Amino acid sequence: MSNTPLIEVTNLSLKLSNADVLSSITIASTDPGVTMVMGPNGAGKSLFLRCLHGLTIPTGGSIKIFGNSILGTSTDQAMVFQKPVLLRRSVIDNLKFAGSTNTQRNAIDDALSLARLQDKQHFPAKLLSGGEQQRLALSRALLREPKLLVLDEPTASLDPASVQIIEQVIQDFTERGGKVIFVSHDIGQAKRLGSEIIFLHMGRVLEHSVASAFFNNPVTDEARAYLNGHIII
Amino acid sequence: MLINAFNDALTLIVSADPDLIEILLLSVQVSFSALAIAGILAMPLGTILAISHFRGRKLLITFLNAMMGLPPVVVGLFVYLMLSRSGPLGILELLYTPTAMIIAQVILIIPIIASLTYQVIEELNREYKDLFLSLKISPQQAVFAYLWDARYSLFTTLLAGFGRAISEVGAVMIVGGNINHLTRIMTTAIALETSKGELSLALSLGIVLLTIALLVNAIVISIKTFAGEKGYV
Amino acid sequence: MVIIRIAKKITISLGAVISFNFCYAESIILQSTTSTKNSGFYDYVLPMIKEDTGITVNVVAVGTGQAIKNAQRCDGDVLLVHSKAAEEKFVSDGYGVKRFDLMFNDFVIVGPSDDPANISGSTDVSEALNSIASQQTPFASRGDNSGTHKAERELWKISGIDTSKGTKMWYLETGSGMGATLNIAVGKAAYVLSDRATWIKFANKQDFKIHVQGDKRLFNQYGITLINPIKCPNVKSKAGQKFVRWLLSDKGQSSIESYTVGGNQLFFPNAQ
Repeated sequence: MSNTPLIEVTNLSLKLSNADVLSSITIASTDPGVTMVMGPNGAGKSLFLRCLHGLTIPTGGSIKIFGNSILGTSTDQAMVFQKPVLLRRSVIDNLKFAGSTNTQRNAIDDALSLARLQDKQHFPAKLLSGGEQQRLALSRALLREPKLLVLDEPTASLDPASVQIIEQVIQDFTERGGKVIFVSHDIGQAKRLGSEIIFLHMGRVLEHSVASAFFNNPVTDEARAYLNGHIII
Repeated sequence: MLINAFNDALTLIVSADPDLIEILLLSVQVSFSALAIAGILAMPLGTILAISHFRGRKLLITFLNAMMGLPPVVVGLFVYLMLSRSGPLGILELLYTPTAMIIAQVILIIPIIASLTYQVIEELNREYKDLFLSLKISPQQAVFAYLWDARYSLFTTLLAGFGRAISEVGAVMIVGGNINHLTRIMTTAIALETSKGELSLALSLGIVLLTIALLVNAIVISIKTFAGEKGYV
Repeated sequence: MVIIRIAKKITISLGAVISFNFCYAESIILQSTTSTKNSGFYDYVLPMIKEDTGITVNVVAVGTGQAIKNAQRCDGDVLLVHSKAAEEKFVSDGYGVKRFDLMFNDFVIVGPSDDPANISGSTDVSEALNSIASQQTPFASRGDNSGTHKAERELWKISGIDTSKGTKMWYLETGSGMGATLNIAVGKAAYVLSDRATWIKFANKQDFKIHVQGDKRLFNQYGITLINPIKCPNVKSKAGQKFVRWLLSDKGQSSIESYTVGGNQLFFPNAQ
């Protein structure tokens, strides 16, 4: 493995209507697995992810993913949002929309089976259950074969079966060598999937450590309070 | 009077009174042509306003919204002055022709169709924007996707424009002149019969017009229901 | 059967939508007062003209004031209105070639049958108007600068009455055409001055009837004028002239004479 960090954030800051939402975030991550971003509500997790994905342009600082500067979105990455964004079309048409012109029919079929939606391929996507919608959004994100998957609380308030399917898909993705950045409030899920943890609090990085270290010996009072459920999320 | 009017209306329709058929068809022709032209101009305009940012955009939206409330008589007067033989376009000899009525109706319904299109696409844009950025969809692809996914809403938008066009009297009276067998349509015929004191006949023509309006609305409602069931709204 | 016929018509018409190709052989636009249209006169006389001359006459019926304004903007070929003074000014200003007396009828004052101003049977229009004004019984005025409105204003003037004090109270200016004003008068139980032709043909009379008629000051002259091609180069002066000549001819004049509604002759030809 080369020494180039997979994710390198330098002095990142973001102001929204003159409020500091993210301030002087500096991170260098060489962890090839799942990087969990945790922190209480309003910590800036979602905006941090949006900056990494190139959806939100930061006020200052720089971001490099796989050594490349992020100046906008790129097809190296795919993002899944907390509230899945689906086109007002059928399941299969949602997949076809994301696929490039040379996406093979069997790639679409694979995506369908990945989402476990083979039986519902002609069903309107907007009428699927929450879990089915998120499974579809995730397999659509994977259709473009990204190297980095950016996930913003994809399993929040989903049915247990869908959570399990989605976690399995994520694990398979990392086993194939994909990198994942994942925002979650679910400590159990973070323990199951995360290999390193970034703990954000009020727009700042308070901890950045290996998952086991974070859960067993959190350094800051804020992280301890968060893990003990004393900070309302 | 009312019962008489209903009877008269029924007799007129059942007997396919040739004069009635003539003015009814001219009404539909004029308003349909106006709709086609206004749609071609106003739908792209509304879409551009919804998805792009340029100087004066807000002003244009406000202007279009204000234009929706424009009294038809003012539009009629404007078109009359343009098309009058002593006006700038007098050479075209269009005053007192169906074409003049079409022009007036086009001006009348462009703001409606553009504004409603703007609202529809704007809503969809808010929903889809992040996904399209994330997938790096080209602007052309995005516009096509917006128009396609909003097709049911856009169709009801067009019908709203048609409803306004076919029920309008002030503008077409001025620029069409209500000439028998040439520019007499449903609304001007109603106005004429009213001024002749033939209230029952006027009312029965009104009932025929109302029937068209009801038909249009029935189509709108069934499209909305269908689209809702399919998750397209 | 009916459905098939309609379907056929629709198919044919949809074809026409694509190209609004109104190539009428020879047609003129007649800027006209409303009374001649609403009385059904044109429906009676225009087919004869079409047969004799081949000319299609497209009638735009508005108040005399508006018809003259439209004609001044060259939006017409012939002017047929009833306000001699305004027509003569139109000609002397150069907009018309020459004005001809065409026909006449008369104005009448109609009102509710209970006749609150007690004017029924009067043949003195000044006396009747004075009675209406002094008792402040409602009177509906066109208020639209039309021929009838001008005639009405003249009648108040020669009767020495200033109606401006009565506006908002009993003198109602509708700003509308004859038919609309008659409808308003019927609704408000107001007296109203109308030309006889429109009144006879008016279908919403309810309890209204003629109270005042026969005063020579109620005379109502219709005139016809070809719009001047020097002012308006687009005027179809040849066809317009044919149309004017036909109406002024013996045949035209006798056909005016023979037009009746319910046994009443509506217009009396008096071309010189």
